[in-house]
Amino acid sequence: MAKADTETRQFPYLPDSDVVAVQRGPEPGGIKGAYRVFGETLRGLKTTMARMIEGPVTIQYPEEKTAVYPRFRGRHKLHRFEDTGLEKCVGCSLCAAACPADCIRVVAAENDPANRVSAGERYAAVYEINLSRCIFCGYCEVACPFDAITMGHDYEMADYNRGDLIFTKEMLLAEPIERTPLRVEGE
Amino acid sequence: MLIAEVGFAEATWILIVKALVIFAAVFAVAPVLTVVERKILGRFQARYGPNRVGPFGLLQPAADALKLIGKEQFEPRGALRLLYAAGPALVVFSGIATLAILPWGDVKNGVGFYGIDVSIGVLYFFAFGGLSFYGLLLGGWASGSKYSFLGAMRSAAQLISYEISMALALFGAILMAGTLSLTEIVHAQDDVWFVVPQFLGFLIFMVAGFAEANRAPFDLPEADAELVAGYQTEYGGMRWGSFMLAEYLEMFVISGIAATFFLGGWKGPGPGFLDPIWMLAKILGLMFLFFWVRATLPRVRYDQLMSFGWKVLLPLATLNALVTAVLVTVL
Repeated sequence: MAKADTETRQFPYLPDSDVVAVQRGPEPGGIKGAYRVFGETLRGLKTTMARMIEGPVTIQYPEEKTAVYPRFRGRHKLHRFEDTGLEKCVGCSLCAAACPADCIRVVAAENDPANRVSAGERYAAVYEINLSRCIFCGYCEVACPFDAITMGHDYEMADYNRGDLIFTKEMLLAEPIERTPLRVEGE
Repeated sequence: MLIAEVGFAEATWILIVKALVIFAAVFAVAPVLTVVERKILGRFQARYGPNRVGPFGLLQPAADALKLIGKEQFEPRGALRLLYAAGPALVVFSGIATLAILPWGDVKNGVGFYGIDVSIGVLYFFAFGGLSFYGLLLGGWASGSKYSFLGAMRSAAQLISYEISMALALFGAILMAGTLSLTEIVHAQDDVWFVVPQFLGFLIFMVAGFAEANRAPFDLPEADAELVAGYQTEYGGMRWGSFMLAEYLEMFVISGIAATFFLGGWKGPGPGFLDPIWMLAKILGLMFLFFWVRATLPRVRYDQLMSFGWKVLLPLATLNALVTAVLVTVL
């Protein structure tokens, strides 16, 4: 077999055993070619028909939404303590320091003991995230020592003005208007 | 000498009514076909197709037509005005004219269920079908654009390589029926549809029909990948819409001719008033084949098209016609 190959293919050198002859496709044309073309055409028709029987796989977006994974990094959320209702954020600015896109602005202020805003000594008087700059890397979430900021699941943040994409503390603390569907186990 | 036999003549007003009905049917059928094609094509690609305008997207053609009519009528600077405008008109004209000979049912109470029953039947189809190509050629050439010109030249080359095979493919059926009249050909299929003895002819006719209607995989005159849009590159608005309308009409007519010649025309079980419905069902079935093939096959190369037309289809069609002729004479 190997000898026949060397003779017919006429290698310019003596091929070793590890030389693999190139597998070529059948020659085009002729009766065989016509038969092959016909067969392949029918095979193609079968393939497309199978797709039709399978049915559409597209998601009708505004009505149907893709479920996200629990770890999906969407729009940020700020959190409060459930029992006291105090903000978890103490205005330490570590998130702003960690942010590679430099989109977080925190201005801290001292807590008034009579009227506490956060559980710590200080609180964030201003907490703004410029979502038109945010790259959704999640470093802020990692940097936060109090789990005050986490990445939520919302991904519908389109807006008409860039100014509207600067989210203030109130907006980040509020529940999202519409909940993004969450992927369930095993889906 | 008897040149043409006229079975019976209909009153002029009946002919006018028929003409109006055909004209109205064209503008009702073609838009529906566009949305049907897009939806079926979508299913083949595992998506839905248009489903936003109206219930199930059925108002999509209305929106499309409104958009096209509202568009500006522009002309390229290098265009020849008259011919540029004549191109789409000619294509639509030929499409509507060929629709006239499709028989939708038998003659009842002295009124034939077709536009006209010309004794030259299929020659009429080829004459007006060939005319549509002038629309493409003139439109493409008069646009004054190289892409249009290339598309037009391609359609010319495509026409000469397919028209002959197409005619020869029908020859077998004509020989078996012994007449050119389309109603008579349907009557000749009382016993068995011609698709059984003339299966090769049917295949050749359909393949040539794809080329004739400029449909995939033979949509070389449009060839969006290489020629932008071929002969229709410089057209916009309703002029472009006319080309699309004509394409669907042509597809409809070719399916109709194939149904008449090979699938027994209006014949089917059930009472007589179901005839047009049977015809429509057969036509739509063949149109589905058009969509199916479009969703499946990639466009063939220009030389592949030529060699396929001349080296495969033409000899096969000739052989088919010859063998049928011999068998018809002998048997």
